[in-house]
Amino acid sequence: MAEQSIVGKTGKPFRFPIEWSKVREFARAIKDPNPLYFDPELAKKECGGIPVPVTFLQAAAFWQDEQSSPGMGGFDLRRILHGEQEFEFFKPILVGDVLTGVARVANLFEKEGGRGGKMRFLVVETEYTNQKGEKVAIARSTLIETGQAVKAS
Amino acid sequence: MPAKLKFDQVKIGDEIPPFVVEGVTRPDFVRYAGASGDFVPLHYDQTFVEAAGIPTVFAQGMFTAGLLSKALTDYVGVGQVRKFKVRFATRVWPGDTVTCRGKVTNKTEKNGEKIIEGELEVVNQKGEPAIKGSFAAACA
Repeated sequence: MAEQSIVGKTGKPFRFPIEWSKVREFARAIKDPNPLYFDPELAKKECGGIPVPVTFLQAAAFWQDEQSSPGMGGFDLRRILHGEQEFEFFKPILVGDVLTGVARVANLFEKEGGRGGKMRFLVVETEYTNQKGEKVAIARSTLIETGQAVKAS
Repeated sequence: MPAKLKFDQVKIGDEIPPFVVEGVTRPDFVRYAGASGDFVPLHYDQTFVEAAGIPTVFAQGMFTAGLLSKALTDYVGVGQVRKFKVRFATRVWPGDTVTCRGKVTNKTEKNGEKIIEGELEVVNQKGEPAIKGSFAAACA
């Protein structure tokens, strides 16, 4: 059963230090050889520091534990799909920054699906602030629980 | 941050130069798992996926979204993206060739910045969409 009461629930704040080695590794993994991720002198000149790839906040998974998750709404982990992902950026994020993330259940709803039967949607918003207390980004994930086990299409 | 685009020179309908990756591989998915911390076994554990009735491992949606983000930042410049949104459609399998592309659909001003907005997509070699998305980015 989806528990509507979890909407608005937040997880414990978690720290997310932005580290160059992880940024480089991430840039390689997404096949992006942009020198701004690999050349600190160039990055300092062009960006004031080493920037991060657009989807880098996805690596926050390394820094989150069970307490920093606002809960999964009782979703069955074997039937979960990542439906949508969105990032909004308000300030630059650079290597050396220490972000604090707070995840919040933004929405929980049901829809009649096709093949999968009834589907449930969980929207989790994680707001990131930097060490100066500035809001730098919001990451918004939509997870879908399908009515039956996920099969190959 | 280095803006690559001059607002006045961007026209609605302008296309983002495509980024094509020919034949994504299992090692690509493993590398992304390590880089992102996403260790959902559907993306690298063949024994696990077969037990779940799926023929083979498939790409993390966010791996493919990462490829798409590279196409976008090559066009608008790193640090210029203000919004990046993706919706996952069909899965990407080992051996698939993916094309990441997009186009400008609107020009506006927000919070004192000159912003272009547009559509994004990733398609496989059959032309099926793996991702549909949208973006907003600041220009000089």
